Amino acid sequence: MLAYIIRRIAQSVLVMLVVALVSFALFRFVGDPINSMVGQEATIADREALRDQLGLNDPFLTQFATFVARAAQGDFGISYRLQQPVMELILSRLPATLELALVSGILAFTFGVGFGVYTALRRNGWLSNTIMTVSLIGVSLPTFLIGVLLIWVFAVELQWLPSFGRGDVVSVGGWPTGLLTPSGRASLVLPAITLGLYQMTLIMRLVRAEMLEVLRTDYIKFARARGLANRAVNFGHALKNTMVPVITITGLQLGSIIAFAIITETVFQWPGVGALFINSVRFVDVPVMAAYLMLIALVFVIINLIVDLLYYVVDPRLRVDRAATRH
Amino acid sequence: MTDALLSVRNLRVEFPTRRGVLTAIDDVSFDIMPGEVLGVVGESGAGKSLTGAAIIGLLEPPGRIAGGEIMLKGQRIDNLGAEAMRRIRGKRIGMVFQDPLTSLNPLYTVAQQLIETIRTHADISEAEARKRAVALLDRVGIPAAARRIDDYPHHFSGGMRQRVVIALALCAEPELVIADEPTTALDVSVQSQIIDLIKEICAERGAAVMLITHDMGVIAETADRVAVLYSGRVAEIGPVTQVITAPEHPYTVGLMGSIPTLTQDHARLVAIPGAMPRLNAIPQGCAFNPRCERAFDRCFAARPEPLPRGDRRQVACWLYDAVAPAAEEKANV
Repeated sequence: MLAYIIRRIAQSVLVMLVVALVSFALFRFVGDPINSMVGQEATIADREALRDQLGLNDPFLTQFATFVARAAQGDFGISYRLQQPVMELILSRLPATLELALVSGILAFTFGVGFGVYTALRRNGWLSNTIMTVSLIGVSLPTFLIGVLLIWVFAVELQWLPSFGRGDVVSVGGWPTGLLTPSGRASLVLPAITLGLYQMTLIMRLVRAEMLEVLRTDYIKFARARGLANRAVNFGHALKNTMVPVITITGLQLGSIIAFAIITETVFQWPGVGALFINSVRFVDVPVMAAYLMLIALVFVIINLIVDLLYYVVDPRLRVDRAATRH
Repeated sequence: MTDALLSVRNLRVEFPTRRGVLTAIDDVSFDIMPGEVLGVVGESGAGKSLTGAAIIGLLEPPGRIAGGEIMLKGQRIDNLGAEAMRRIRGKRIGMVFQDPLTSLNPLYTVAQQLIETIRTHADISEAEARKRAVALLDRVGIPAAARRIDDYPHHFSGGMRQRVVIALALCAEPELVIADEPTTALDVSVQSQIIDLIKEICAERGAAVMLITHDMGVIAETADRVAVLYSGRVAEIGPVTQVITAPEHPYTVGLMGSIPTLTQDHARLVAIPGAMPRLNAIPQGCAFNPRCERAFDRCFAARPEPLPRGDRRQVACWLYDAVAPAAEEKANV
């Protein structure tokens, strides 16, 4: 088990190094950063001096090593556009994005599993068929369109919920949260639904398909033949077996939720990392883009690691260390 | 035969499909006495497993019981509500499935599955249920049961898992155990052990067994009586020694003839020509008539009813009708 974790962490480090290389390459491919740092009057000598000072004349490997070493300490340099340390910028925006992602992730998972189980158990009920049909819309409509539609209906026509921003935030231990204020919660509803709708339908369809598969298995038939209550069979025996593949997908989806918050954040003017990234792209603010890339990669790697460990918790067959007791 | 434990009367199971209703089990009747072992044999698709599923109330939709009745100790159970039927499953009728590798939930330990089942049917504490579970595992021949009980199914071999399945089927002390091809998925070396175990442990507890199999050898060794199913109908039913040594229905005769023996020297295995008809193409009259060497006019015109032939034996074949076949032939002409 320990060896497995160490191996997985080593793999994660390797992935991060490759992503770092790509991030690093960004600096070289989007043009000479010196151009955007000095005025038009700067002489070639000035430019060379600055180049030397910034270490841009060092060999490639030395530069990359410096980049990785600094990145590991959370130092991604200074934003070209905002003239602030990149890490500071990202950290100040991160709580907004994480809150949004977490809430929509929980929404997607809860309703996804709930609807999935319901539609699997009542396979031919009219409500199941309605849910399945409506879910097609969730899968096929693009996120920004859903966001705009929700704004139109709930913010413009009905005026129930705000259409943009994050509302009031209060700081809890240095973490600005909108979950504790009424306006913060109201502001969260539409973006969270927009961001989570696609994931919800995906999880729902996956749970339904897996559950139907599991319900056909012999051990479910045998559980029924032993007279176990429907509840125990459906939610104990069947659902637990359904969850094994669902956990992987949900974990990966949580990563996508954070990464694809960009669109939702843009539509709702949500002050998160995604909006920061989009603005950085517009102004070719390479340090921010590079840091964002690394951040998203880190999120994916960590989630993957957690998912792999969860497998061990859910599925005893993977715990190979006890296989020795087999006859 | 009012003292029968299980009494199946004119059972009919149908599958409504887009192209019409298929009748998978057609007018099947038999009894199982308390403590008796009834073997049910037949080819694949003859309706053996469906009969078992119908009795325990686990027919897969769209399959449904369309007629007849099933009585357990005089109480009708085929028309019970879902909840009442659930209480009977496990508690009064247990079931052992074919494949032990897939019958156990892989994510729960053997202890969890046993204790859950025991506590579903008996109002006892977890510790008490666990004690019972260990004793039962020990009885079905799991070595070091007290330790192995907390293992997961994948820690056990196929034969051991079938023992666990048997323990699970018997843990609420049912009066009837339906064993649906319990040895088909096992190694030959383990098969007889499992059959012996089922027979012994059921005899101990006075439970009757409905043993579904296509292995005549198993039937010969284990069963008290045997029912031969063909195309969802009972071809012949009777005490096992009589049916095996002196089969009467031409299908049973063919079935017995196709068992290879060491003493005979056949160049090829003997087979019944043709195949069992598909459900949508069961011929009129006797379902076996296209393959029967002794079929005559009446077999094509009317379906034979089970005719009593001696003590608790019935054969559904016109050859044994009181009306002489020859006379019948003339009458039809």
